[in-house]
Amino acid sequence: MRSGMPIDYYLNIAASGLLAGLVYGLAALGLSVIFGVVRVVNFAHGEMMVAGMYGAVLLAGYAGLDPLLSAPIVAALLFVCGWGLQRGLVNRFVERPEHMQFILLLGIATILVNGMLMLFGPDSRNVMVPYGFDTLEIGPMLLDAVRVRAGVAAIGIAVALFAFFRFTRTGKAIRACADNPLGARVVGLNLDGLYALTFGIGAAVVGAAGALMTLLVDARPQLAPEYTLLSFIIVIVGGLGSLPGALLGGVLIGVSETLAGFLLSPSLKSLFSYGVLILVLLLRPQGLLGKRS
Amino acid sequence: MTNRGASPVGIALLGGGNAGAATGRGAALLALGGVTLLLAPLVADRYLLSVLTTVLWFAYVGQAWNVMMGFSGLLSLGHALYVGLGAYASAALFVHFGVGPWAGALLAMLVAVVAGCGIGFLGFRFGVKGVHFALLTIAFAEVARVGFDHIHWLGGSGGFFLPVEAGVSDPLNLRGSPLLFYYVILALTGAALLLARSLLHSRLGYQWLAVREDAEAAEAVGVDLFTARMTAVAVSSALTALGGVFQAFYFNNLFPEQVFSMGRSIEIILPAIVGGIGTLIGPILGAFILTPLGEGLTFLLEVSGLELPGLKQLFYGVALVVIVVFRPDGVWPWLARRLGLVRTSAEGEDAR
Repeated sequence: MRSGMPIDYYLNIAASGLLAGLVYGLAALGLSVIFGVVRVVNFAHGEMMVAGMYGAVLLAGYAGLDPLLSAPIVAALLFVCGWGLQRGLVNRFVERPEHMQFILLLGIATILVNGMLMLFGPDSRNVMVPYGFDTLEIGPMLLDAVRVRAGVAAIGIAVALFAFFRFTRTGKAIRACADNPLGARVVGLNLDGLYALTFGIGAAVVGAAGALMTLLVDARPQLAPEYTLLSFIIVIVGGLGSLPGALLGGVLIGVSETLAGFLLSPSLKSLFSYGVLILVLLLRPQGLLGKRS
Repeated sequence: MTNRGASPVGIALLGGGNAGAATGRGAALLALGGVTLLLAPLVADRYLLSVLTTVLWFAYVGQAWNVMMGFSGLLSLGHALYVGLGAYASAALFVHFGVGPWAGALLAMLVAVVAGCGIGFLGFRFGVKGVHFALLTIAFAEVARVGFDHIHWLGGSGGFFLPVEAGVSDPLNLRGSPLLFYYVILALTGAALLLARSLLHSRLGYQWLAVREDAEAAEAVGVDLFTARMTAVAVSSALTALGGVFQAFYFNNLFPEQVFSMGRSIEIILPAIVGGIGTLIGPILGAFILTPLGEGLTFLLEVSGLELPGLKQLFYGVALVVIVVFRPDGVWPWLARRLGLVRTSAEGEDAR
């Protein structure tokens, strides 16, 4: 080894991948929550995330809000959308075959992404923050302030979500639905209401992730299908329905994508994630932290 | 709760058997449609012919996709992969080795079958089911999309082009006028319909339906699940690859970003979903509904002078949602029953 420099360099890249991965993981967390409880795969997940990004862009443009501050507002808006979507459309598909649910959400995804394309156009829009070019020195690493803030906020939201599911009555009720829908109904839980609540929470989480994402990436409608697939990859790698798995998967994919983009070529980095997905599907279909069903 | 995915009533439509067989009226209407399509070039102008060619192409690949999803219950959301492999294989043979498309089609189909069976083998052997299987198919199509961007021998992301010479009529090399392509795709669509029909009434077809309806029960009565599913994938991917060969020689250019895109995979599944998953006429009817509506929308936009990219896709999204909410079995089973085009058995009606 010639000097310590390259190691620091890789460490830096890995750390920035990790921070972005936390935001990916947060988005995937929303998908995992919805699947774990409602048993519906939200194929419009990336579209909701990009909707969250545009929410943050608009709030920054018109009200000068920092994405960290607009994240709760965006989350609240998406909660309402997710809640309504489950109530109005998805709920009647809960008992239908999987491919029907898939097709329904594919249709919703297509409507969302093209609606955004018509509203905002294909050009990317960004959010300016005063600390946009600041860097933080942590040990041997030099990290972008935006990445650190986005990553830390993502951890904060994830912790709040874990706490909600562990400690609140509603959170426990939702977990009961996930574990045993029939039993939950028998003890008098309102399944339809809890499903709508869960879909709303999932949408809120991915909306917040989208708002944070504007710190790292410019908003474009074309990102949506990419993020849907990315969330799927993360959730399957981490384990469908496992919340810590989603965060772990996000970090893994974030780090490996950044390293692959650096070592190979940026255009090949998504190939790497698909490779990871295929391997996990074949060798451990329940995911790294998932339970075998 | 019974599987509402594709009702048995829908399957038998236009089949042999008794219940669900075409009535005289249904058969007459089908024959009329066929003759109309055969004679259409006599009156159709260049534009209409190109629209009809597109319609038939989607009807054809929709039929091919239907073999996997409709007959065997295997949801593939990566059929763009087989279109693309077929297109690139035949185009590469033609451009680099001078092998014509008719011979090239054999290799194109072989390549797609190998890819399809590879994915199927991995999926079925490792027990990847349902949504996970669909994701596996997406993942492989995406790998191909990104991978082909980097194959410089096939033009990479810059696109792969077939030589075009004006005024050449060479049916043996699939070079010629739009009229030639129209009749080729019409023949393909007709052949696919007949093939799908005879497959459905073969031993294999019944095994597929059994596997789709209840895999465990099918296995219990001696159906080899793995073989049944693999043959469905093989047939479907081979047929789809042939659609890819047509696409390559019709458009003369191939871009990985378009050919293998997720959006293309969705376009392929739309006709069958709209028309009726698991039915023979469904994919054809679906293509005849969707493509003209899309074209009409494009036309309206042009006339009104509005710049709204995405409106056509938005419309497809709405169509998906409306169909899956209000006619989950597709338009054809409903239409056929309403117009008395098929014989419905009394039990079939009661069961619904």
